[in-house]
Amino acid sequence: MNRKSILDRRSFLTRASAIGGALYLGGCDKLSQSPSFRDLLDQAEDVTMTVQRLVLTSRSLAREFPEKAISSTFKANGSTGVDDPAYQKNASENFANWKLVVDGLVERPATLSLDDLRSLPSRTQITRHDCVEGWSAIGKWKGAQFSALLQKVGLKPNARYLMFHCADMLEPGSPYYESIDLIDAFHPQTILAYDMNDAPLSVPHGAPVRLRVERQLGYKHAKYVMRIEAVSSFAFVAGGNGGFWEDRGYEWYAGI
Amino acid sequence: MEAASSGASATQTDVPALVYRHALPVRIAHWINVVCLFILLMSGLQIFNAHPSLYIGSASDPSQRVLSMGAVREADGTPVGVTTIGDLRFRTTGVLGLSKGIDGEPENRGFPSWITIPSYRDLATGRRWHFFFAWLFVVNGLAYFIYSILSGHFRRDFVPTQTQVRHIGHDILDHLRLRFPKGEEAKHYNVLQKLAYLFVVFVLLPVTILAGLTMSPGLDAAFPFLLDIFGGRQSARTVHFICASGIVLFVFIHVLMVIVSGVWNNLRSMVTGRYRIEPAE
Repeated sequence: MNRKSILDRRSFLTRASAIGGALYLGGCDKLSQSPSFRDLLDQAEDVTMTVQRLVLTSRSLAREFPEKAISSTFKANGSTGVDDPAYQKNASENFANWKLVVDGLVERPATLSLDDLRSLPSRTQITRHDCVEGWSAIGKWKGAQFSALLQKVGLKPNARYLMFHCADMLEPGSPYYESIDLIDAFHPQTILAYDMNDAPLSVPHGAPVRLRVERQLGYKHAKYVMRIEAVSSFAFVAGGNGGFWEDRGYEWYAGI
Repeated sequence: MEAASSGASATQTDVPALVYRHALPVRIAHWINVVCLFILLMSGLQIFNAHPSLYIGSASDPSQRVLSMGAVREADGTPVGVTTIGDLRFRTTGVLGLSKGIDGEPENRGFPSWITIPSYRDLATGRRWHFFFAWLFVVNGLAYFIYSILSGHFRRDFVPTQTQVRHIGHDILDHLRLRFPKGEEAKHYNVLQKLAYLFVVFVLLPVTILAGLTMSPGLDAAFPFLLDIFGGRQSARTVHFICASGIVLFVFIHVLMVIVSGVWNNLRSMVTGRYRIEPAE
C-alpha cells in the first residue's frame, strides 16, 4: 500500500472516530431523555434490589464504629431548615408541643410527643452516612426503635410500606417524603433518631426526628418527619415513585 | 482464542495466510466490553462530578483528602479550574474543575461535559446508566470467565511459555521499536500482551468491581469484610477511581497497539475471527 492510502486511512479513522464520538455523546443524551430507554435502564434497580435482598439477612447490620471515628464535621445536606410557621413555632419551643402522627393502615393510630418517643425502647449506633453524591460522614445516632413504634400502633395485614411525610420543601409545593418497606422498617438499626452525637437533633439535621435506615443511601433518611403513614402502595402519592428524589429519577431502593 | 489452531499452515511458505485467531464467544464478549467500558467510564465520571474529591478511610474527612477538583476565583475575579492531588495544585481550567457546559458557559464541574453521560449535570441519570451497564459488564465477564476456563482459552493463550519469559527483554525492545512478530510467532499472543491481559482480567477488572461494590451501604452490611479489604468506603471509592484510570490507560495502549500492528487485520480478527499472518523473514 502506498503512502497516500495510509494517510487516507488515517484521516478516515480520525474523522470516523470524531463523528462516532459526537454521535455517541449526542445519542447518550437523547437516550437519557427517552422514556422507554429510561424504563430499560431502570430494570437494573430491580436486579440490584433482588440480589441485595438475597444476600442481606434481616440481621445483617451496617458497620458500627467506635466513638473516635465520629466525623468532626457532618454536612447537613438537602434542606437545612423549614419555612413552615407551625414548624418554626415548634422549633422555638424546643418541640415541647410537637406531635408525630402515626396513621394509615394501623390498628391504633397515635399522636406521639417527643417524650413519648423517648420513652420507647431506644437504640444508639455510630454509623456511616453515605450520600448519593459520594461523600460519607460518621455520626452517633440515638432514637426510638422503629419496630417498637410499629408494635405500639399495630400494622394492619395489608400494610406494605411506611411513608414519611416531612415538613421541609426542597422545591415549592413539593414536601419531602420517603418510603421504606417492612423489611427495612423492622430492621434492628432502623430508628427514629432524636439525638445526634449525644445532643438533641439540630434543625439542619432534621429536628425533631429523622429516620435512620442504615443500609441505604442518605436521601432515604428522611428529616423533619411529621407524619408516618402505613400504606399498601405509594403509587398515588406525589409523583408515585415513593419519595421526593425518587420522583426526580433516583432509585427507590438506594442500597448502592 | 485457538491462536495456534486452524488448517492454514502459512509458516513454511512465504505468502500471507489467514488463521482463526478469536473464537466467537471471545469476540462477542470483547465488543460487549467495549460498549460497557465506555459507558461505565463516562457515567462514572458523571457520578464522580457530584462530589469531585477522593479520600482515604471510611468517611470524607477533609484532612484525608487525596484529590479534588473545583473552580476558584482569582484575585481579579476570573474563575479558574484547580485540581489538587495530595499537596500539589494544578491549574486545569477548561478541562478539570472548570469547563464549558453544554450551553457554552463555563461551569464548576470535575470532568468536562464531553466525557460524561449525560453531558449535562444529572447524577440520577448517570447512576441509572452506570448500574445497568455494570450488570451487563458483570454478566458478560462471568460468561467470558466460564467459557475461557472450560475452553482452555486462559491456559492455552494467556499463560506465557518459558521461552517467552526468557526473551521478555527482547520483546520489550521490539515493542518500543514497534516491530511485531511475524510467521509462527504471530499466531500467539506475545509475552507483554499475555501479561497485560492477565493483569487486566485477573486483577484490574475484579478489583474495580469489588471496590465499586464496597461503596454500596447494602453490600457493606452483607459482606463487612469488603470494608476491611479496602480500608473503608471512601478508600474503596478512591481505589475504584484509580482502577478505572488504569483501565483507561490499558485501553489507550491496547488501541495504540491495534493501530500500529495493523488496524484492519486486528479489527477483522476481532469481528470475523480471521487474522492474517505475515510470513517470517
